[in-house]
Amino acid sequence: MEALVASAVGVMTAAGIFLILRRRTFPVILGLSLLTYAVNVFLFATGRLALDAPAVLNKYEDVPYTDPLPQALVLTAIVISFGMTAVIVMISLSAYLSSKDDHIDMSASDSTDAPGEDA
Amino acid sequence: MTAQTGVSHLSLFLIAALPFLGAVFPALLIRAGRNAAASAAGLTTFLALMGLLIHIPSVMRGDVVTARFDWIPGLGLNANFMLDGLGFLFALLILGIGLLIILYARFYLSREDPMGQFYTYLLLFQGAMVGIVLSDNVLLLLIFWELTSLSSFLLIGYWRHLPEGRQGARMALAVTGSGGLAMIAGMLILGNIVGSYDLSVILQNKDLIQTSPYYLPALILILLGCFTKSAQFPFHFWLPHAMAAPTPVSAYLHSATMVKAGLFLMARMWPVLAGTDAWFYIVATTGLITMLIGAAIALFKDDLKALLAFSTVSHLGLVTMLLGFGTKIAVVAAIFHIINHATFKAALFMTAGIIDHEAGTRDIKRLGGLRHLMPITFTIGTVAALSMAGLPPLNGFLSKEMMLEETVHTTWLHSHYLVPGLALLAALFSAAYSFRFVAHVFLGPEREDYPTHPHDPPVGLWLAPAFLVVLVVLIGLYSAAIVGPLVAVVSSAVVGGEKLPYYSLKLWHGFTPALYMSVVATLGGLFLLSLHKRGEQIWNALPRPEAKVIFDAIIGALTRLSCWITDELHNGVISRYAIILITFTVGLGYYAYSTGTIGVETRIPLPAQPIPIIGWICLVGATLAIMWFHRNRLLSLVLIGVVGLIVSMAFNYLSAPDLALTQISVEVVTMILLLLSLNFLPTETPWDSSASRRWRDAAISVVAGIGSGALIYALMMRDFAFPTISDFHLANSYKGGGGTNVVNVILVDFRGFDTFGEIIVLGIAALIIFALTEAVLSTNVRGYLLNRKPHWPQSGDSHPLMMVVATRVMMPIALMVGAYIFFRGHNQPGGGFIAGLIVAIAYLMQYMASGYTWAIERQRFYYHGTIGWGVLIAAATGLGAWFNERPFLTSDFGYIHWPPLEEFEWATAILFDTGVFLAVLGAVMLALDSLSRFAWQPGMAQEFPMDINPLRDDPPEEEQEKEQA
Repeated sequence: MEALVASAVGVMTAAGIFLILRRRTFPVILGLSLLTYAVNVFLFATGRLALDAPAVLNKYEDVPYTDPLPQALVLTAIVISFGMTAVIVMISLSAYLSSKDDHIDMSASDSTDAPGEDA
Repeated sequence: MTAQTGVSHLSLFLIAALPFLGAVFPALLIRAGRNAAASAAGLTTFLALMGLLIHIPSVMRGDVVTARFDWIPGLGLNANFMLDGLGFLFALLILGIGLLIILYARFYLSREDPMGQFYTYLLLFQGAMVGIVLSDNVLLLLIFWELTSLSSFLLIGYWRHLPEGRQGARMALAVTGSGGLAMIAGMLILGNIVGSYDLSVILQNKDLIQTSPYYLPALILILLGCFTKSAQFPFHFWLPHAMAAPTPVSAYLHSATMVKAGLFLMARMWPVLAGTDAWFYIVATTGLITMLIGAAIALFKDDLKALLAFSTVSHLGLVTMLLGFGTKIAVVAAIFHIINHATFKAALFMTAGIIDHEAGTRDIKRLGGLRHLMPITFTIGTVAALSMAGLPPLNGFLSKEMMLEETVHTTWLHSHYLVPGLALLAALFSAAYSFRFVAHVFLGPEREDYPTHPHDPPVGLWLAPAFLVVLVVLIGLYSAAIVGPLVAVVSSAVVGGEKLPYYSLKLWHGFTPALYMSVVATLGGLFLLSLHKRGEQIWNALPRPEAKVIFDAIIGALTRLSCWITDELHNGVISRYAIILITFTVGLGYYAYSTGTIGVETRIPLPAQPIPIIGWICLVGATLAIMWFHRNRLLSLVLIGVVGLIVSMAFNYLSAPDLALTQISVEVVTMILLLLSLNFLPTETPWDSSASRRWRDAAISVVAGIGSGALIYALMMRDFAFPTISDFHLANSYKGGGGTNVVNVILVDFRGFDTFGEIIVLGIAALIIFALTEAVLSTNVRGYLLNRKPHWPQSGDSHPLMMVVATRVMMPIALMVGAYIFFRGHNQPGGGFIAGLIVAIAYLMQYMASGYTWAIERQRFYYHGTIGWGVLIAAATGLGAWFNERPFLTSDFGYIHWPPLEEFEWATAILFDTGVFLAVLGAVMLALDSLSRFAWQPGMAQEFPMDINPLRDDPPEEEQEKEQA
């Protein structure tokens, strides 16, 4: 089971990074989403894997529980990463609609901000 | 040293805090008029001054009044204040002259100047200065030190329409600010040597500091701070340029207070830093050079304020030199001269301001003969200038005598004549420019061509300098009686409480070498003035470096360098940044792997069941397919949905039901979001990387993937090396938080502060999206959107009836599920985050099925408000704990029994969770709502989602016809 999770993390990381290194906005967004899955599963797995041991206390008998802390952290991470995805989607959409170009790299002509001169 | 208790503690904090508190009022009161603003500033300063003066008895006894408050003890940063003789003198100068300046500025500034702002800046500056001189902790002192640099920047650049003002302010900030940075380093070294940042402790450890190998670096760095602040050579150039400030600022900052901060610090650190050869040669030499150069330049300046500025530079050099001598008697002379210089120089600056104000110019070449036109100003100016020249019986004479006397006893590299000779030369120049100030401004024939008709100013303007000039005369005549005790107390504070050698402050010491030198200086000064025209020609013909040009060149070169570095590193190619980041991280990981050791596997792997294997195959297959087919954007979106689904199922399988619920609802929302955006983006990604580049990228990503996979595998196969805090949460979740779902209790209780921050972040993200939409839609993008052709053929029926009906039926059910998930969250999987997402999906279904316009017409609340209320409710719940004297966000719970219901539990955490719920709901809806607005087209408003419009008021056509018939 551990090998399955670890290899899934590895594959999702690799695919995510490959897509992040593309030069258009949409693949980069997809890459970030994949990387988010990978990172969330990674963080979750730091609590070690357990079957049928949710961290919901059982009042009646003594049962094993999985580690709840990584779960709580990952839960907020999932929601926050939605916020992040939404923001970059909006940024890339606005950039595309404004310039009709969805390259993520600036061309040389875009970076000519001369130092401000004050008379 | 004895420390006082009781009221005095408070008053030290108050003295330091009052100017800062008072700084608010002038800016607010300026609407009530300029007098109100000035009075507020004056009253604050007066109160602080009174607070200071009540300490006279204890200070004069030689006691040290202290007030302690541990601010950040972990850093050694304590808000400790102490008031000894030295601090008292400087605080007296700062507050006393501050009061006079406030009066003077009220009449000096014109109607157009924003006076409220001026007084606010002035009080900020005043507070920072008082903070410096009262600090008993070097870190605190450094904070105030930087504050003076910042506030003086604001004051120098007060007339922001003048380019000289802006440039002067920048130059002052650059020079004093970078000196301040050097000083921070020096002070940190000093604190490390001693092991404490408390000044009173540092001052006890002279031997420890002076024998330390770090003494010299610390000394040089601290002196850099002092020299830049006090305009010592070669940093003297900023002071004249700072004269672009309004005259009250020049009089206050650049004669009486800020430039003396460097002197103050040298005096403060004198007990531990002085007395070595390094101190003598650095400090005394710098002071001597500064004194000479400043005096010489001053003689040839035509601008009154520039003349006074260089003369200030020269006098600061004088005091620096005296402190550098390292003898106790020289310290007495230095302290005495600080008092005297403050009185006559502030008076002179104010005189210059009056002349500028009333005659319309401060160019000496255009002045002259003012003595009959401005008799009061003439009197004030002349007395002050003669004191500056060092003529008896004025106070300047006394301290200059003492200075000359000291130089006679000083040898510089075995030379007995160098120091006295150069000091005499400086004194001679000093006498010459002082006489010039009188002769070329007030004496001589009256002129016809003054820019305005000069006359004496109203009493408000001349009162302050007149008061100072009275002091000049009185101190000169009765020095021992008026300032004698003060000088003694201050000097003994400077030398660290040791006994002072014999000295006497009096006019006549007999025929001493100093007297002869004074006579030579005075006569020589008169002679030099008579040759001024010739001298000026020679001076102007001499080649001399222009400090401003050099400064600008250095700053220009630095700017170009930093632009170059920035452009090279930050060239806008984002994929390059990503590659650098990823390869660096992989490299770090490899370094850790190759140098560290890895323990043995301690866990037995869980067996892999067939269903998880199928899931794994789906996930890996979908991921690889995304990599392969990513150019087809719609397909890759579908595939990423598969990945998300498997991940949710994996969470559920691996005992994380909360995560599974969250992941699957986020998945739905994200897919809708991406589909919406894909509607406007190109549907295909063109090929734009070469094959070799793609192989390189693939290689990098495969290495990174193997690394992360191997890392988590290694982690999962081993137990924790140290006990974790998770058991605490499991043990206390029910007892302390009142809930059995530990994940939810962690979110809303144990780590509620994190969650609170996170919902704020989420809200901010949604607001960014809203703001971006607003900004983009207000440009010509809207026109493009209205005219664009869709990618795919549109459906004839954009709101299929079945879907509309189904979603509306499902709406209440979905809301019910949301409520259920929310309420059970504390004890079973669920909670605010998940419920928020579920309710958001319920709303989104209506948007999708019935259309944006239809949904928006039924929207009662703006989503901004939902986010805001969410954050507010969460905050209010947290604050509620305060009323029960618990820390922020402490929760409480209990049980209620309402027959015939079962006994049930309540917890304040549910209120907090309500906040989370609202914030999540609002953020998700605002994000998607903003994106939907891109799709809005005219004509949509008329398009109803049903064949039969349930809202219409007009009867069907047949009935209409009937009625008409």
